[in-house]
Amino acid sequence: MFDILRDNWTLLLIGQYPHGPLGGIVLTILLSLSALVIAFPLGILVALARISPFPFLRAPATGLVYMVRGIPLLMVIFWVYFLVPVLTGYPVTGFMTMLCALVIYDSAYLGEIIRAGIEALPKGQTEASRALGLSYLKTVRAVILPQALYNVVPSMVTQFVSTVKETSLGYIINVQEISFAADQINNRLLTKPFSVYLILALSYFVLCYALTQFAQYLERRVTRKRAGARARNSGATAASLADPLPTEN
Amino acid sequence: MKLHFDLATVLQGNYGALFLHGIELTLAMAVLAWLLSLVVGILLTLIRLTNNRIATAFVSTFVAYHRNVPMLVQILFWYFGIANVLPQGLQTLLNEYNGQFVFAVIAIGLCSAAYLSEDIRSGLRAIPYGQYEASRALGLNFLNGMRYVVLPQALRNAIPPMVNHAVLLFKNTSLAMAIGAAELTYVTRQIENETFLSFESYLVATVVYLTLSLVIMLAGARLATSYRIPGVK
Repeated sequence: MFDILRDNWTLLLIGQYPHGPLGGIVLTILLSLSALVIAFPLGILVALARISPFPFLRAPATGLVYMVRGIPLLMVIFWVYFLVPVLTGYPVTGFMTMLCALVIYDSAYLGEIIRAGIEALPKGQTEASRALGLSYLKTVRAVILPQALYNVVPSMVTQFVSTVKETSLGYIINVQEISFAADQINNRLLTKPFSVYLILALSYFVLCYALTQFAQYLERRVTRKRAGARARNSGATAASLADPLPTEN
Repeated sequence: MKLHFDLATVLQGNYGALFLHGIELTLAMAVLAWLLSLVVGILLTLIRLTNNRIATAFVSTFVAYHRNVPMLVQILFWYFGIANVLPQGLQTLLNEYNGQFVFAVIAIGLCSAAYLSEDIRSGLRAIPYGQYEASRALGLNFLNGMRYVVLPQALRNAIPPMVNHAVLLFKNTSLAMAIGAAELTYVTRQIENETFLSFESYLVATVVYLTLSLVIMLAGARLATSYRIPGVK
């Protein structure tokens, strides 16, 4: 097992990078990070649309969330793979396909996380800021989002873990991320599938476990800060921020 | 390019039958994996309840592994890795009886079991310890206290997350195509490759997945309402 690691660690880490496309775990992280960064503003929009009083905003956002909850990511990937070239007229790379699919998926999930954060805030926050004469947009920007987003940071880190795990599906459409690299190594060695796939599983484990622990640390900090705020304001309710939509892959 | 829409071709004859087979296999896989996850998940929770240090460490490791490794990688590991170190006789036997299906069910079931045991555990944790103490004070023994007082409340708390995870399990059966199990996503790709009717094939598969997921969500919501504890929000 260690000799496999010694011979192939560059492939697992960066793919064939200097002599070929970037790959390996660096691509895995790059892919999930960019997906989350692009999906973040979209997630805020989805969350605001989901709690909006106007049905023409609420209906499409709710539709998107239920579509994403009901359709496997793999199916979304195939749709993007087939539809984007038809619609834009350009061929898309595996990386872009994966990125588009993950952005669609993550914007819905982040939307639900942010919505839970907003709904956990006391109603008085909105009322007070409107009473002070702030417009809807200013209320959202200066009062609601800063509090809600801070409270859901741990859930967003958890969502990042899910996204990292979801990038493994890139293997199916030949994106050269770490699962693909492991498959290449396995095809070359042929005789040691157990060790190769164990290395792959452990690599994901190390990365995701570290992130999960980080999320739990943040969770404790946020809880402590919210408990402090509650003690100071004596009586303000703080609903628990349970994960609105568990993810796994 | 001439646009045309030809749903009939993918729904009739051989392709229609192929779709039905795919749906059948997807459902069988989902149900078997869910049953496996239920049994293993409850076992894990019970082991954790013993408060034995080694047993608890084992369960924590099991849960941490399955939550931090992608399900696709777990499926690949079972099918290519673990299958390879099994005794030769067992390997031949599994290959004769649709090994892809068996390993996909094991991988998906065990992964979901980790999530399920966490759902039940947080359901249990939400029950105040006083409930258990009161049941003991009333003269119930440990098992009866669990059976009549604690678990009925804890399992009700656990219904919503368990339904969410059941939907996820159902969606994740699509990953079994990576090892060649002929479930819905796999046959969709096959039909698409043979007919070149990408839009139509994906549409059929998407509608089937979405409908079944919504049915699970709806049934779960009904279940949660009908088993709600009166007077508790």
